[in-house]
Amino acid sequence: MSVVLSACNLRKSYGDQVVVDGLTVSIQRGECFGLLGPNGAGKTTTLRLMLGLIEPDAGELNLLDHPVPQQARAARLRVGVVPQMDNLDPDFTVTENLLVYGRYFGMSDKAIEARLPELLEFANLTHKRDAKVPTLSGGMKRRLTLARALVNDPEVLFLDEPTTGLDPQARHLIWQRLRELTARGKTLLLTTHFMDEAERLCHRLAVMDNGRIISEGSPRELIERNIEPQVVEVFGEQAAAWAQGHATRHAQRFEVSGETVFCYVDDAQPLLRELQQHPHLRYLHRPANLEDVFLKLTGREMRE
Amino acid sequence: MNRRHFAIPNISLRFVPIWRRNFMVWKKMAGSSILGHLADPVIYMLGLGYGLGGMLPEVGGMPYIAFLAAGTVCYSTMNSASFEALYSGFARMHEQRTWEAILNTPITLDDIVFSEIVWAASKSLLSGLAVLAVIWLLGLSHSPLTLWLIPLSLLVGLCFASLGLIVTALAPGYDFFMYYFTLVITPMVLLCGVFFPVDQLPPLLQTVSSILPLTHAINLARPLLNDVIPAHFLWHAAVLLGYALLGFYVSLVLFRKRLSQ
Repeated sequence: MSVVLSACNLRKSYGDQVVVDGLTVSIQRGECFGLLGPNGAGKTTTLRLMLGLIEPDAGELNLLDHPVPQQARAARLRVGVVPQMDNLDPDFTVTENLLVYGRYFGMSDKAIEARLPELLEFANLTHKRDAKVPTLSGGMKRRLTLARALVNDPEVLFLDEPTTGLDPQARHLIWQRLRELTARGKTLLLTTHFMDEAERLCHRLAVMDNGRIISEGSPRELIERNIEPQVVEVFGEQAAAWAQGHATRHAQRFEVSGETVFCYVDDAQPLLRELQQHPHLRYLHRPANLEDVFLKLTGREMRE
Repeated sequence: MNRRHFAIPNISLRFVPIWRRNFMVWKKMAGSSILGHLADPVIYMLGLGYGLGGMLPEVGGMPYIAFLAAGTVCYSTMNSASFEALYSGFARMHEQRTWEAILNTPITLDDIVFSEIVWAASKSLLSGLAVLAVIWLLGLSHSPLTLWLIPLSLLVGLCFASLGLIVTALAPGYDFFMYYFTLVITPMVLLCGVFFPVDQLPPLLQTVSSILPLTHAINLARPLLNDVIPAHFLWHAAVLLGYALLGFYVSLVLFRKRLSQ
C-alpha cells in the first residue's frame, strides 16, 4: 500500500496557544482514517494544515506526493473537502452548485454535466436537482456538500465532522455513502466526536487531544490496548457509596460520573454476583467500546 | 505579522470561474440590481440637472446638466464598485462562506481577491454604460470622445473596488461600512467636483481634493464629455491605476492575515 498523506512533527501555534503540537501521522491509500478528539483538540486546524490553507510553524507534510503547503494547489486538484459548516451557494440550485464548483477545478461544463447524473444519484438528490439550496433539509444539504466534494473525482476526501447536526436517518445514509466510497478505493480522512461513527467507518483511528495524537490503531486495537474488555455501569443514588465499599474488590478500575459508576473489568462475573446482593442498584453489563477509551484518554471533564 | 503575507500577488486566469459564479448570481437578481445601482444615479442627475440647472447660468462653461453628467458617471461607477466590494464581498467572505468553499479547490486567496476586484469593476462598467446611454439619449454630448468613458468606468471600478476591499478585510461586521461611506465616500463626492467645480472650495480643501481618486476620474470624464482631450490624461489615469494596485496589494495582505487565523 502506498502512503497518500504523511505529516511529520507538525506544529502550529496562534499566539501563546499551541493548537497542533508535534503531530505525526501517515495515511495509506484506500483506508478510512478517523481523527477523534474533544472540541478544541486541534482536529480542524490539522485538516487545514494538511490542505495547505494555513502554514505550519514547523514540520513536514506530504499530500499525494506533493509537499504542502508549497505545492498545495496541485494536491488539492485531486482532493475533495466536506467542511464542518455548510458553505453551499444559497442562490443556486442543486445542479448549479455542482456546476459552479466543478469549474473551480478547471473542468469544462461538458465534463461536469457528464458527471451530474451519477453525483445526483449518489446524493439521492436526483428528484431535487432544480431545487434551491435554502429549500433543502439539513441531510440533503450535507449530501449535496458530499456530492460537491466528489465533482472532481478526487482520490482523497477530507470530511470535517460530516454528520454533526443530522438526525439518525440522515446520518445512516451518509455512513452508507462513505462506506461505498471506501469500497471504491477512495481514501477518507474524517474528524468526528461521535464514537459510533468512528467505530463503524474507520479502519484506523487516532485519538487527539491538546494538539497531539495520544493513541492510534484500529478501533479494536484501541479498545484492547487502552481498556479492560468488560464494562458494568451501575446506576442509582447509592451507587457511589456502594462503589467506595465494594467496587474495588471486583473491578480493576472504576469511575464515578454523577449517579453512575463505570466499572472496568476483565471478568464481570464476580462483580455481577456481588451486584445481585444489592437489589436497589440497577446495572448494565456491556463490552467496552470506543467511547470508554475516548473518555479514559481525554478525561470526563467538559471542554468549553 | 508573517513575512509571507507580504508576498507579491500571484494572479492567474483562475479568477474566471469565480467571476462566472458571481455573474450567475447577478443574472438571477438583475432587475433589482439595475434599478438600484443604475436607475438611481440617473434619477438624481436628471432631477438636479434640470431642477437646479434651471436656476444656474453655465457651470464650468457648459449647461449644468452636462456638467453634472460627467460627475454622475464617475460617482455612480464609484458607488457600484464600493457597494459590491464592501457589502457583497463581505457576504461572500464571511456570511455565506463562499470563499471558504472556493479555497478548498485549487484556487488560492490571491485569485479570489483579484476576482472580487474584477467583478466589482464589471458592475462599475455596467453602471457607467447605463449613465452613458442616458447621456447619449438626451443629447448631452455628441462627442465620440465619450466612448473613452467606457474604459474609464472600468478603471474607476478597479480603483474603488480595491480601496473598498481594504475596508472589507478589516470589517468585523456590516455596521463597520457606515464609517467608510460617511467618512470617506460622502466627503469625496462633495470635494471632488461631482456637483460643483473644485475651484469653489477654499485652497486647503482644493489640495485635499487633488489627492483623492474621484477628482482624477472627473478630470478625465468632464473634458471627454465636452469633446476635449483631457489635460494630463496619462497622469490622471496613472493615479487611478496606482490607487487600484495599492488597494489590491494592501487588501490582499490584510485578507491573508485575516484568513490565516
